[in-house]
Amino acid sequence: MARSAQPISGHAGIVAGTLVVAAVLLAFLGIGLRAEASAGFGAAEWQAIRFTVVQSVLSALISVALAIPLARALARRDLPGRQLLITLLGAPFILPVIVAVLGLLAVFGRNGWVNAAFGTLGLPPVSIYGLHGVVLAHVFFNLPLATRLLLQGWQSIPAERFRLAAQLNLSPWVIFRTIEVPLLARILPGAAALIFVICLTSFAVALTLGGGPRATTIELAIYQAFRFDFDLSKAALLSVIQLVLAGGAAVLALWIIPQISLTGGMDRPVQRWDGRGGLQRFGDGVAILLGAGFLLLPLFSVAVSGLIGLPEVPASVWRAALTSLWVAGISVCVLLAVALPLAGWIAIHARGSVEAIGLLGLSASPLMIGTGWFILINPIADPVSLSLLVTAVVNALMALPFALRIVVPGIREALQSHGRLCMTLNMTGWTTWRWVILPRALPQIGFAAGLTGALSIGDLGVIALFADPDRTTLPLQMYRLMGAYKTEAAAGAALILLAMALGIFWSFDRGARWYART
Amino acid sequence: MRRTLITAGIVLASQAAAETPVLTVYAGDYFTSEWGPGPMIETGFEEICGCDLQFSTGDLVPRLLLEGARTKADVVMGLTSDVTSKARATGLFAPHGQDNGALTLPVDWTDDTFLPFNYGHAAFVYNTATVANPPASFEAMLDMPDDVKIVIQDPRTSLSGLALVLWVQSVFGDDAGAAWEKLAPNILTVTKDWSASYGMFTDGEADMVLSYTTSPAYHMFAEDDFTRKAAIFPEGHYFMVETVGKIAATDQPELADAFMAYVMSESFQSSIPQANWSLPSALPQDQWPEGWAQLPLPDKVLFYSEADATALQAEAIETWRAALSQ
Repeated sequence: MARSAQPISGHAGIVAGTLVVAAVLLAFLGIGLRAEASAGFGAAEWQAIRFTVVQSVLSALISVALAIPLARALARRDLPGRQLLITLLGAPFILPVIVAVLGLLAVFGRNGWVNAAFGTLGLPPVSIYGLHGVVLAHVFFNLPLATRLLLQGWQSIPAERFRLAAQLNLSPWVIFRTIEVPLLARILPGAAALIFVICLTSFAVALTLGGGPRATTIELAIYQAFRFDFDLSKAALLSVIQLVLAGGAAVLALWIIPQISLTGGMDRPVQRWDGRGGLQRFGDGVAILLGAGFLLLPLFSVAVSGLIGLPEVPASVWRAALTSLWVAGISVCVLLAVALPLAGWIAIHARGSVEAIGLLGLSASPLMIGTGWFILINPIADPVSLSLLVTAVVNALMALPFALRIVVPGIREALQSHGRLCMTLNMTGWTTWRWVILPRALPQIGFAAGLTGALSIGDLGVIALFADPDRTTLPLQMYRLMGAYKTEAAAGAALILLAMALGIFWSFDRGARWYART
Repeated sequence: MRRTLITAGIVLASQAAAETPVLTVYAGDYFTSEWGPGPMIETGFEEICGCDLQFSTGDLVPRLLLEGARTKADVVMGLTSDVTSKARATGLFAPHGQDNGALTLPVDWTDDTFLPFNYGHAAFVYNTATVANPPASFEAMLDMPDDVKIVIQDPRTSLSGLALVLWVQSVFGDDAGAAWEKLAPNILTVTKDWSASYGMFTDGEADMVLSYTTSPAYHMFAEDDFTRKAAIFPEGHYFMVETVGKIAATDQPELADAFMAYVMSESFQSSIPQANWSLPSALPQDQWPEGWAQLPLPDKVLFYSEADATALQAEAIETWRAALSQ
């Protein structure tokens, strides 16, 4: 059977997809131009690959497993301050790594609050260093993402189904099995694959909390090959391995599993007659309390030490904050220009394997993309003068897989419910985008744009490799403060960073939803 | 829009009219922030050169290797002796033209390409409030109770971490692996760079941190805090030096030479301690700023020549990795 006609074409998407692939392939080409014979792989590299896969699998599985009760509780409870809580719970995902690690140490570290509490109870102290510490930090980062993705799915279950289930007097367990499990089966593999890829490219977390060289990741091996040994071919080879691992996981998850195709939710709690029992209430309360405690306490500690350091913050930090804002703005524009056509292209196909293209930028080590482009730009122009632009584009590429995961279902749904009408009205191309897709997918687009802006604000990225002193970004300035013994001022800068990331995320997310409703 | 164009035109025209020669100095990233040594160097040199000194920061060695002959640098500042061999191999550098005899380093310096401008030694810094009995020697440090925790830096990502593995190699030689295994229970964790380690130390997460003999000076002179001290070991401390080098193909050879001379001047040297929190390379101790001569420094200095450091590097890192991966 021929594929049914669609009111939008995939041409723009194919162009966007080609650009993404080209951006990554050209970077590899750039490195290839300069690479010489490599020293080859030793025991250290194989150990790094093994550790990377183990910690990524564990982190992804635990993140999505914990997200199920948390998202379920948030979906069916109408708490006061629920919206604020959901926004705040998203914060760890967009925090710069070093800030988040310091926050985690304040809670779980040797002198942290948990060990202080254990001490008063006469319990032995717990150590955060080692594989479990790495996984703990990755869950801290990615539980919010998994929760948001699941929550979005949960919101999209039509309320009528729960009403019907209540009328039929189905037990909570039957409701879970018949309504919620199919939903989970559709969302979880994609979310897990995404988190697996994020953890695959982890570097500073594994290094700081891993406790030693046992916890070496592939990304660290790439960093060493590039910056210390200057062995570009080894760095490129390691990047390819990382790419294959990420691509394999993504294709597996996205291709085997059918796409999510549900109505876009408005993120309001659904009326749930099955959640009224005392046991359900108690369970949801515990899930929310534990989740919020785990995610918010480290943030709270970042905020407290930041407030103490705020008076120490020099004026240059504010200038850097403006630069970061600019980078984030460009990132969001680049992202939208690439993600929307790409998402449209994916949405008119039944399966989502094309979505794997989106993972290229994230899994191909930003360090390699930055270096590759440096080599390519160098003969033509001064790479340093373009460092902010390269940073912005790399940030957009890294945010692309998240954006696609978020936006594609909305576009698919808009096309399913209104596609035939558009065809009848002979409405195609841009007109369909303008009047049908964008208004309906706006909440998801806002969420994706907010996430991109926030990630971009917190990313240290390629700018550290070659920076113009007058174009310092906020994370870089924060690192410089730390490097100059000014830890209090750095904590103040971290708080500004946190506030800006949350502010950007919140304005896009809420702004788009507000606009969609009016 | 038109106004912007006009303004841009005026700016360009005035720049062309002034024709101030520009000296481009590549430097480490920490250099150019207002609390780094950069601003002091920039003001000081611009006062005498009639030129515009512009810093360009980033990761020095990879950048020089990537840019090759197309580099825009006239002068490169901040390469340590553990990485100068890679920079030298690019063939980009010219002799520095200064008198090595004027240097006041604790080691002999004969290199005519890379000129030291400051130095310090790798050292473990501790908090006197939490470490009552600091180890009196490196040997004693290996025997510390397991609950005294130290943070170190990864030799694969940081120059300070690299200095540590070379230090251990130089003190323990063939027994370096065994030394690392003895120290392992005390190592709380390994971080990417010095900043992350030092942050954990000041936050009280660790009792000791791999840093420099000059770190306590910052706390003493900038914060009036005398609780941070460097443990001094009779086995000796690894010597760390930062250098400045001149690019042979520079289009500003006179300015570059004037800059090398400025680095050796008293005005530059005497501002190094407070601006860079390290020791000046060409200034006798009696001319150090108030209080600096009292800073406890090691009697014995361990140092690998550039060639030895390069040759030992891979082995020292692998010994460290293998011992701590057990």
